[in-house]
Amino acid sequence: MNVAVRAMPGRGRLALAILAGMAAAVPALAATDVRLDPFDPDLTDKPSLQRGMALFANYCLGCHSLKFQRYERTADDLGIPHDVALRNLIFTGQAIGGLMETSMPAEGAKNWFGVPPPDLTMVDRVRGTAWVYNMLKGFYVDEKRPFGVNNRVFENIAMPHVLIGLQGVPEVECRGKKAANILADRSRILEKDPAARRVREDNCSWTRVVPGTGAYSAAEFDQAAKDIANFLHYVGDPGRLERRRIGYWVLGFLAGLFVLATLLNREYWKDVH
Amino acid sequence: MAESPPLRPVGPRRPIRRLIAWVDERFPLTETVEAHATKYHAPKNFNFWYYFGVLATVVLGMQLLTGVWLTMSYVPSAEEAFASVEYIMRDVEYGHIIRYLHSTGASAFFVVVYLHMFRGLAYGSYRKPRELVWLIGMAIFLTLMAEGFFGYLLPWGNMSYWGAQVIVSLVGAVPFVGADLMEWVRGDYLMSGITLNRFFALHVVALPLALVGLVFVHIVALHRVGSNNPDGVEIKDNKDEHGVPVDGIPFHPYYTVHDFQATVGFLFVFCAVVFFAPEMFGYFLEKPNFEQADPLKTPDLIAPVWYYTPFYSMLRATTFPLFGLEARFWGLVVMVAAILMPAVLPWLDRSPVKSIRYKGLASKVMLAAFVASVFVLGYLGTVHTTPLTTALAQVFTAIYFAYFLLMPWYTRVEKTKKPPERLT
Ligand code: HEC
Ligand code: HEM
Repeated sequence: MNVAVRAMPGRGRLALAILAGMAAAVPALAATDVRLDPFDPDLTDKPSLQRGMALFANYCLGCHSLKFQRYERTADDLGIPHDVALRNLIFTGQAIGGLMETSMPAEGAKNWFGVPPPDLTMVDRVRGTAWVYNMLKGFYVDEKRPFGVNNRVFENIAMPHVLIGLQGVPEVECRGKKAANILADRSRILEKDPAARRVREDNCSWTRVVPGTGAYSAAEFDQAAKDIANFLHYVGDPGRLERRRIGYWVLGFLAGLFVLATLLNREYWKDVH
Repeated sequence: MAESPPLRPVGPRRPIRRLIAWVDERFPLTETVEAHATKYHAPKNFNFWYYFGVLATVVLGMQLLTGVWLTMSYVPSAEEAFASVEYIMRDVEYGHIIRYLHSTGASAFFVVVYLHMFRGLAYGSYRKPRELVWLIGMAIFLTLMAEGFFGYLLPWGNMSYWGAQVIVSLVGAVPFVGADLMEWVRGDYLMSGITLNRFFALHVVALPLALVGLVFVHIVALHRVGSNNPDGVEIKDNKDEHGVPVDGIPFHPYYTVHDFQATVGFLFVFCAVVFFAPEMFGYFLEKPNFEQADPLKTPDLIAPVWYYTPFYSMLRATTFPLFGLEARFWGLVVMVAAILMPAVLPWLDRSPVKSIRYKGLASKVMLAAFVASVFVLGYLGTVHTTPLTTALAQVFTAIYFAYFLLMPWYTRVEKTKKPPERLT
């Protein structure tokens, strides 16, 4: 499944917000459609979720909190013994029953990045399931950006490529020319400009990892991104598996009851003509 | 065939009979049960469309129950509301199921009530002598819309916030007093914790109380006149020597078993959604609402929940100022008119017959067009506006109103069929 998402709205949100609120209309945020690679989370894949949690604790929790989710519940759901969790996953000195908070002070974060790193408890539900996976794989070198990287699905992201040590240096690669996105340039088509159809642009939407710069192979890094995304999918709504389990029983019970109710009804209605 | 042994008389045993007699001297128990169930006669030809009144009652009960449990852990303050909902989702035992029962229940409520109202349109249930049943129904409908609106603010998600902001700002379009009115509704200069608290009070106490009371008088009024039916023929016009309608059957046990079966069937579908797709692909729970309210961050698209979108579409479709008043004000007028329009149906329908089965082609076409307009407008209310969608919404708004406003004319000129003497 390919999901088209709206890219991040730019800054200057305040003015837009006020305008939109006053006009009682839909805000006209300039949004570009970005194609996302499909990602199918698998909540029954415990090892993947465990790796995802470990990666998150090591590489993300320093900046991003999961402030609605508790370590204990997470460890229990993922099948991680409490002592292992305390030793290897909790770096804030918190108790196992604590919420997964970050140690980064919000004020400092705002100064360092321009935007405080958002809480990620529900990023998967807000942005859709494929978002985190694509975002993690979307970094590429861009010297114009403060952290030296940009992102294909989250343009001008204010987050450094924290997994660069695992992935390696992702350079932009251009593969010849491709037809320009003439659809994006509506005005020229409307003017029936014949040249519009012949416009070509550099096809630079490819990424090439500089060999020997990353600890992981391409496949390993892909799996790491999937594990983190899978973990954040779990965190978005940790009750999914429990509901699924109970749900089958509930539906089974209701189906049985429906049969009985139907027979009872038929029995009574026999004598109505 | 051998003589069968004498049967014990059916009914409760002696001690229970005495208890009932004791109560009956002090409270009209047997009398009420007989008047409203065992000796209340309903037409024998109820079909699918007659389930939804009972189902609405079931959903109402469920919302009250799950609502009480949610209130035990919910905190109505701007700082804590969002976190308390996530606390219910994660830390309260079965909290996620209780919450999804309630959030899905809200949508289910509108599904069954819309189908219930459609039945009324199709079979002319609003007509004499059921005008009051219908008007009480309209009062229920308005209360329900308000209940849903206030409830939607409570999780304090970003769509809660902006949706309420958009709707509340509509009253700001009222000439002269708009700004003051808006402040009065919010209790503040902008949407805030104060607004949240009053919405909470209304959602949890005032409106549920009103709903329960209204549903009660709805049914009392209905039992006074008796139910209509798919043929639109009054069963009370044809009674036997005991004064019992020949086409009527006792509500209990016949319709109680019937309704029980329907309720179980409904719960199956309902639980399938609750347990396996509570977000219903963003229609029951909207994505931006998983983000806490942020006055500085407008969602990319502000759309109300699906059950308001037909009316929201009409609001947005009103794009021209008139008599020196801004378009926004007229949008509000159109929207309110559209919601209230069904209330005058009893006096718009001039057909000699009640049911769509015996009405003419014009009525059938208009009813179909009306339903289509609700669906199209409902869809258009969920997407960004473009000149095309606005034009479409305008056309279908016109169709929506035409169904009502032209009714006195098309129900009189069309050729109707003669309804049967007895129910079919
Ligand atoms: C050095 C601090 C830092 C670290 C470490 C970090 N991030 Fe971020 N992240 C940020 C900042 C700052 C933003 C906000 C970017 C913006 O709004 O432009 C962000 C944004 C995000 C977003 C986008 C949120 C949205 O609204 O869509 C996601 C997803 C995300 N980070 C995931 C991760 C993951 C997964 C990790 C660990 C692999 C991680 N981050 C590690 C600082 C960090
Ligand atoms: C909480 C919402 C409601 C509840 C619980 C409810 C309940 C009921 C019940 C139990 C019945 C009898 C069973 C049936 O005919 O289906 C009924 C009948 C009826 N209701 Fe409602 N109702 C609700 C909302 C409405 C609304 C919004 C309207 C219309 C505006 C309405 C109009 C009617 C009419 C006209 C009848 C008689 C139908 C007939 O006899 O053909 N009701 N209602």
